[in-house]
Amino acid sequence: MAKKVALLQGNEACAHGALYAGCSFFGGYPITPSTEVAEVLSGELPKIGGKFIQMEDEIGAMASVIGASLTGAKALTATSGPGVSLKQELIGYACIAETPCVIINVMRGGPSTGMPTGPGQSDVMQAMWGTHGDHAAIALVPASCQEIFSETVRAFNLAEKYRMPVQVLYDEIVGHMREPVEFPEPGELEVIDRTAPSVGPEAYKPYDTSFGDVPPLAAFGSGYKYHVTGLNKAEDGFPTTKADLVDAEERRQISKVKNPTALADIESNEEYLTEDAEVIIWAYGSTARSSRYAVNELRKEGIKAGLFRPITLWPFPEKRTAELAKQAKAIVVPEMNLGQMILEVERVAMGACKIAGVHRVDGEPINPGQIIAQVKEVL
Amino acid sequence: MAYDYDKSIRPGKLPHIWCPGCGHGIVMKGLIRAMDTCELDRDNTAIVSGIGCASRLPGYLDACTLHTAHGRAAAFATGVKMAKPEMNVIVCGGDGDGTAIGGNHFIHACRRNIDMTYVIMNNYIYGMTGGQFSPCTPTGDKASTTPYGNPDPIFDISKLAIGAGATFVARTTAFHATQIDKLITEGIKHKGLAVIEVLDDCPTTYGRRNKFRSVVDMMKRLKDISVPVAAASKMTAEQLEGKTLTGILHQEDKPEYTAMYKEVIKRAGGAA
Ligand SMILES: Cc1ncc(C[n+]2csc(CCOP(=O)(O)OP(=O)(O)O)c2C)c(N)n1
Ligand code: SF4
Repeated sequence: MAKKVALLQGNEACAHGALYAGCSFFGGYPITPSTEVAEVLSGELPKIGGKFIQMEDEIGAMASVIGASLTGAKALTATSGPGVSLKQELIGYACIAETPCVIINVMRGGPSTGMPTGPGQSDVMQAMWGTHGDHAAIALVPASCQEIFSETVRAFNLAEKYRMPVQVLYDEIVGHMREPVEFPEPGELEVIDRTAPSVGPEAYKPYDTSFGDVPPLAAFGSGYKYHVTGLNKAEDGFPTTKADLVDAEERRQISKVKNPTALADIESNEEYLTEDAEVIIWAYGSTARSSRYAVNELRKEGIKAGLFRPITLWPFPEKRTAELAKQAKAIVVPEMNLGQMILEVERVAMGACKIAGVHRVDGEPINPGQIIAQVKEVL
Repeated sequence: MAYDYDKSIRPGKLPHIWCPGCGHGIVMKGLIRAMDTCELDRDNTAIVSGIGCASRLPGYLDACTLHTAHGRAAAFATGVKMAKPEMNVIVCGGDGDGTAIGGNHFIHACRRNIDMTYVIMNNYIYGMTGGQFSPCTPTGDKASTTPYGNPDPIFDISKLAIGAGATFVARTTAFHATQIDKLITEGIKHKGLAVIEVLDDCPTTYGRRNKFRSVVDMMKRLKDISVPVAAASKMTAEQLEGKTLTGILHQEDKPEYTAMYKEVIKRAGGAA
């Protein structure tokens, strides 16, 4: 049987990816350019007995998503820059309470209302550092409609596996662009559910590290009574101020994502002609599409260019970026902001090669010509 | 025979954090009695709160308890109830939590008429942070941020709830301890959003600044200002000056939100 293929907008692909992953709850608040995710799910979720709720604001939406997740639902919200700013306190809540959930951020320019209908990539640092306090973050940056589908599935998987919020960021260009999207068959993409407790209610502790860095999570209403709080907590979920417990908890919440095994599991990059490259274009999201075109043009002119495209943006691909910095004469970082991920590239390159950015915040995409010009200048 | 609260309280979680004389403990005991009267299955009951002294309540009770962020309890609870409508959902918290930072979630929960019981402990002040004025601090009163007297007018929480569409609204005080559980019981039985406003006291940060010499004085005031709704109908406006109505202030039957959403699922052709 031929696979179902549909011409979908990025936002529609996201909604269908969420359904494939088993999403059964959406809590949102309308904002351009993300609203289509909500619109599709308001129609699709009730068909499968799932729930859609339009909350009174983005904070309420994020709260409803965490509440729903604690009952065992795979829960999603979708928004854009200003909405993400509002959600930040509760994204931190999901981090510390270790509650799986997925947040879609269809990026526009900013700060504040900025240019609602123009694309941007200016929330990439916010995805890591937006909420207060030390914490780990996972953020994925798909570059095509097909990839929005599959990365939304992966976002749910990572959220469930690591018990934390996972963000998917793409800009307005991919969000509103239409491309043929192939629907994977059930089972074709892996779908991961959170680990349920293997002990009975009497012995259950919601943060029991004897089960590893990611303790099993029971659903409210399934016979397990436990406490959830945004305060630093002990293994039983109740608040603690004991220095050793707080320290261990804070560190575990980062190491559960940053240990080598987890990093290998979470990291995902695409490389194009990097093997012999003397100049690396380090680009993500829709900007990587212009970058790929630029690589081909540069190659035609005999310039050994290659593309490194992170699909997992956070945790930052430190190891591979450092290797490429040693191999290449220069790294060029195009991004639709005034220089965000370039700071991370500089940090891990530690002066091993020249680094130059291509930045644009006028609501227009970065075109291959600009990238080519910067490559030639830097070489 | 003394009432057995222990079976509802989590082993090892007492003593609580509340100051001697704080009204929140009286409300907690009332809630326990109400949950017992309604024979709520605690495995299937979520108690959700925000941040503040009042919001520490759920941690002491043996149920699925969710201590959220300041002001957000109603929104978290809405997520729980929507995702699992078969759960009993109780929300509790302070006046600041519910009507200042959480005011938007509060009125929208009322408007949706989602089946939850919201117990709001109104001690007229931000207790936890040391006594700054809340939207319920009487005009003219002293708080740590109103050293010259509070210039702000107040919210009448119960009126706010009625205006926003809650279908069960009742008020009592920490002095009327036995009425607390009766009203919460009615609220739990009610299908829709029930608000039970309990006027209580914060001797530590409000009483001290506002010339109450003792907790007894504060309790006496709660007694003196209260007028049961039935009695109020026979009183003149003059007699009602400065008084607060207690009892069931509003009750009506209206479609409940999760039931309405079940209809949405039906119309979409889905199976709930
Ligand atoms: C976002 C945020 N803002 C402010 C605070 C500080 N804060 C904690 S509790 C509280 C007030 C609590 O007052 P109320 O809800 O009336 O409860 P009470 O302590 O009087 O029982 C405030 C302002 C916070 N925790 N989070
Ligand atoms: S500060 Fe006030 S509200 Fe808080 S516990 Fe003490 S008396 Fe109660």
